[in-house]
Amino acid sequence: MTSVQDKGRRGYRSYGVSAAGPMDWPSMALANRLCGNSTEAAALEFAAMGGTFRAERTIRFAVTGGDCDIRVGEVPVQPGESHQLDAGETLRIGALRGAAWGYFAVSGGIATPEVLGSRATHLRFGLGGHEGRALRAGDKLPLGAPEGDGALLRPASPPAAHRLSDPIRIVLGPQDRKFAPEVLDRLSTEEFLITAQRDRMASILDGPDLPAIDGHDIISDGAVPGAIQVPGSSKPMVLMAECQTTGGYPKIATVISVDLPRLAQMPTGTRFRFQVVDRPTAEEAARRQASALAALLDSLVGKSTGHLTSEYLLSCDLVGGIYDPEAILMGRAP
Amino acid sequence: MTGLKEPLRGQSVDRCPLFLPLGERAVTVSFGDTIDEETNEAVIRVADSLRDHPFDGFEEAVPTYRSLLILYDPLVTSGDRVEQVVAERFAAAEQAARPARRWHIPVYYGGEAALDLESLSAEKGMTQQELIALHSSAEYRVFMIGFAPGFVYLGGLPEQLHVPRLPKPRQLVPAGAIGIGGQQASVNSVAGPSGWRFIGSTPVRLFDPKRAKPFLLSAGDLVRFEPVAEAEASELAVRAARGEAVVQPELVA
Repeated sequence: MTSVQDKGRRGYRSYGVSAAGPMDWPSMALANRLCGNSTEAAALEFAAMGGTFRAERTIRFAVTGGDCDIRVGEVPVQPGESHQLDAGETLRIGALRGAAWGYFAVSGGIATPEVLGSRATHLRFGLGGHEGRALRAGDKLPLGAPEGDGALLRPASPPAAHRLSDPIRIVLGPQDRKFAPEVLDRLSTEEFLITAQRDRMASILDGPDLPAIDGHDIISDGAVPGAIQVPGSSKPMVLMAECQTTGGYPKIATVISVDLPRLAQMPTGTRFRFQVVDRPTAEEAARRQASALAALLDSLVGKSTGHLTSEYLLSCDLVGGIYDPEAILMGRAP
Repeated sequence: MTGLKEPLRGQSVDRCPLFLPLGERAVTVSFGDTIDEETNEAVIRVADSLRDHPFDGFEEAVPTYRSLLILYDPLVTSGDRVEQVVAERFAAAEQAARPARRWHIPVYYGGEAALDLESLSAEKGMTQQELIALHSSAEYRVFMIGFAPGFVYLGGLPEQLHVPRLPKPRQLVPAGAIGIGGQQASVNSVAGPSGWRFIGSTPVRLFDPKRAKPFLLSAGDLVRFEPVAEAEASELAVRAARGEAVVQPELVA
């Protein structure tokens, strides 16, 4: 499933329209900047499998979100940096490995018309993107005018990777009082599993039962992505980018915004743990992530053709030996 | 959860307002535990105050029955600061008078969307005319918008018309269909599945993304349904399809 997404719709929640936008915002921001776009530009988000693409004019493109096979014509190229696709040439983006959502950005961005101030596809209500729906073979998308000097880019040093064992941090509430203390304890002491029942609206988890004290109905109130709703089945459901704006199930806790893309990217079947943190900790994490992302996006450097520049090798040394420049050199296109 | 310091934890649930965090980008402000006009009015006044005079980092305010969801940018402000601002606004908004808008929504009680008019009248032991008279005599209030773009939850449905939802939702009910679900009334804002019971349709489109003002109703608005004949409804439908709002609200002091 591939859809056009941008940063998402703002200001229409009180009319029942959630933001939509990417499941993994930092990855989409990086894909855009690698192509010389603003981070607000529209790009394609794909679930699990990329696709085959052709452009009528020569473009720069980048694929982010996870590792996958990418071929320009017959030539394999790397995710996480930008490449040139000549007019009429065929680009093939394969299956993601170890991730659920991929991003494919092109220079100039996707220029489908804005609906309610955004190009993001809201699949459930058929708003925005390309005719309000997921893309199909044969669709033709308009592109915007490219920005920047046309250089092919890569990060000066590889983006920090997360360990799969890192817990997903949550802040209790808004309706944690609807759950007994021993039930709340299960949140941080037991394992949860990413089930196959997941889409852009929500991700249903398997794990311990989380019964509410007096029923799973509340007077409907506001909901945001990250909120962990517990319906009558008592299996939690983490709300995602395209979630409803309001809901009538108690929300036991909320995934902090820094960790939500990481949860979204976990392959189906992943087991993980939650860790309860307080709100100031979540705010500090948000500030740190924003500056780390800004630093990454500002660090993009021009790619040299065929070999690595000494400047690039030096910058790799600075990250302290966790990274082998030779591996990148070997993996690059001839 | 041991060792967590939540300033309001442990205090009375009845305390107003009560702040319930949703992570570090949003907070629900609870104004009470009941669905009533006074509580809902207080919610909407604070929402209006925040939109008219936003604090640094304010993003969106989403009023619901008895609580207000506030979204903010944690890079600009903090949850503690937002709660402080909202507590001040809450006190100030108590006095503010808010003019309401009243909409007169034309309804054709018949046709394809009147899926349950006949069965519901029979169930309630009244004639179709009596049911229509009852539905169109009441004044409704938009308590909140949610579920779908522009979908209004209307309070004020006469008790004789309260009816459980269908056990199995219908797959597709058209936009404009006039519905009853439990103790609430509504107008289908977009076509889609629904377990509500339907007694007619309006040519008015509550949501049209192509219109300059895509959404017609806001939380806190008042609504009256006015029966119209099929011919008038068709005429209005033609204008609505051209992107006209068709109806204008009346201001109520």
